[in-house]
Amino acid sequence: MAATVQRPSRLSTRRRSEAIMAWVFSAPAITLLIVFLLVPFLMAIGLSFTDQRLIPNPNLPTQFIGFRNFVRMMKDEAFLRGLLNNFYFVLVVVPVQTSLALLLATLVNKKLKGMNVFRTIYFSPVVTTMVVVAIIWTFLYNPGEGLINEFIHIISFGRLGPYNWLQDTKLVFPAIMLLSIWQGVGFQMVIYLAGLQEIPEPLYEAASVDGANRLQQFFYVTLPQLRNTTIFVVLATTILAFKLFTQVEVMTKGGPQNASMTTVVHVVHQGWGQLKVGYASAISIVFFLIVLGVSLLQRCFLREERMVE
Amino acid sequence: MMTTTTPHGIAYRLRKGIRLGLTYLAMSLLAIFFLFPIVFMLVSSFKNNETQVLIDMSTLYAFVPRGELGLQNYADVFAQLDFGQLMINSVLIVGVTVFGGLVINSMMAYALARLRFRGRDLLLGVVVALIIIPFEAVAIPLLLVVNRLPWLGGATTWLDTYHVQIIPFIADAFSIFLFYQFFINLPKDLEEAAFVDGAGVFRIFWNIVLPLSRPVFATVAILQFITHWGDFLWPLMVTRGPGVRPLMIGMQQFFGLDPKIWGDIMAFASMITVPVLIIFLLFQKWFVQSVASTGIKG
Repeated sequence: MAATVQRPSRLSTRRRSEAIMAWVFSAPAITLLIVFLLVPFLMAIGLSFTDQRLIPNPNLPTQFIGFRNFVRMMKDEAFLRGLLNNFYFVLVVVPVQTSLALLLATLVNKKLKGMNVFRTIYFSPVVTTMVVVAIIWTFLYNPGEGLINEFIHIISFGRLGPYNWLQDTKLVFPAIMLLSIWQGVGFQMVIYLAGLQEIPEPLYEAASVDGANRLQQFFYVTLPQLRNTTIFVVLATTILAFKLFTQVEVMTKGGPQNASMTTVVHVVHQGWGQLKVGYASAISIVFFLIVLGVSLLQRCFLREERMVE
Repeated sequence: MMTTTTPHGIAYRLRKGIRLGLTYLAMSLLAIFFLFPIVFMLVSSFKNNETQVLIDMSTLYAFVPRGELGLQNYADVFAQLDFGQLMINSVLIVGVTVFGGLVINSMMAYALARLRFRGRDLLLGVVVALIIIPFEAVAIPLLLVVNRLPWLGGATTWLDTYHVQIIPFIADAFSIFLFYQFFINLPKDLEEAAFVDGAGVFRIFWNIVLPLSRPVFATVAILQFITHWGDFLWPLMVTRGPGVRPLMIGMQQFFGLDPKIWGDIMAFASMITVPVLIIFLLFQKWFVQSVASTGIKG
């Protein structure tokens, strides 16, 4: 009896101490997230309406300038070119990389000898850092006698090339796309591989009994079962495409004539290079809104899927 | 006719053999595509004579170790810059970032998953929402913040330090989310038993939850390592001197020197790449599982 009388008070003190511990456990992460993510994010919104500079000029105090940064963006050729390039990248890289990832995943998913070796090889560019990748490929793209020029020369029986890959305004961006696919596709392959391994075997057996051939099984069993994986891969690649920075900065710095400019390269050049923090913040906000849109699209698609189930 | 299509018929076996051969052929061609730049880098780095590198670069000889081979390029790199310092910087920065992240992100995730307190659902919602904000969108204002933060010993800016490259990246919303998903799926029995025995929250977390959670710790550690080892944008903006710079910035600067000595550049690139490739080969299974887990959400 005594124990049951005592219990409520003992429980409530325990519950209070549990709440205190919860905040103790969360405090470090919350503090860091606020100072280094939330505050800068809110600052970006605020700064985008000002002409703030990185090192304030005492003679020219920072002013609120309304939407002038956003108006200026519409006439900024480098910005427009960068945004256009990001969409161009999405349009080419997303379908190519996604299909290649699925192809690789189906290949390494076969129960054959040596699959582990192939899987390791296809994944190894992912653990090769982008700076290194960009530098190796700069050498491969060497104008004149680079390996890529030579390869194209041979397979076209001497009819094509040599090209000046990184100095040609038409070729520079496709050249960057190729190495980005080379470096990133292994990551997507592994995500697809995980998806493939979750498809229940009886589905294939049933399809096989119904007389479906391998191709039909792929289109009517594999692809529909991979719907969520594909949505994730497509949208994650899209977001990565909008973050494009390192390889461009190392190889071309956005040139020649902004031909390989991207939104993030422009943000860094404006904000860090030219110290125009206000303007760079405004571009960052536009960049964030695009990424937000893509993320919401993803949640929307996935929710729809759940409701169907 | 029927006999040829039975599993033991010659035609059937022939067709199966051809299909198998074609599969291996396709996979080998793809393997060449993914390996050739890495092999090219390694082979070139051992060619002592720079003219040999340039002569070979447009033919299949690019992949053949020939001519005078040795470690001259590696020696050149060490003679030109303090490679050891850059390596120490990178290992220190990434090591502390990943380790600190494991501690504080798992603790917050545990609180969200198991402890009852007011505001928990709201906090969880905020963390999930924060995953969407890309670092690139806050980089410039963050530069403004760290430029004016004080530090021990009276420093008034964080620029050009180790901690400016570490502290902003320790807390990570996506890591918290991965930990949270793992913790809510753990069976509660053991924790409840320990609770009845009077164990405190910290003891339960340390003695019971941690030993059960090795897979998720490995996953988060590997994903954070892959992300931060290659970090380029932020160290480029916040460091000036070679003292605290990581390898990637050193690599880019070395690459920017003219005239370009490709043998040396490839030696530098190999020294960055090979250790990570070896770690990857040793823990391959874990790497693949971690990456796979990023796709399993929603």
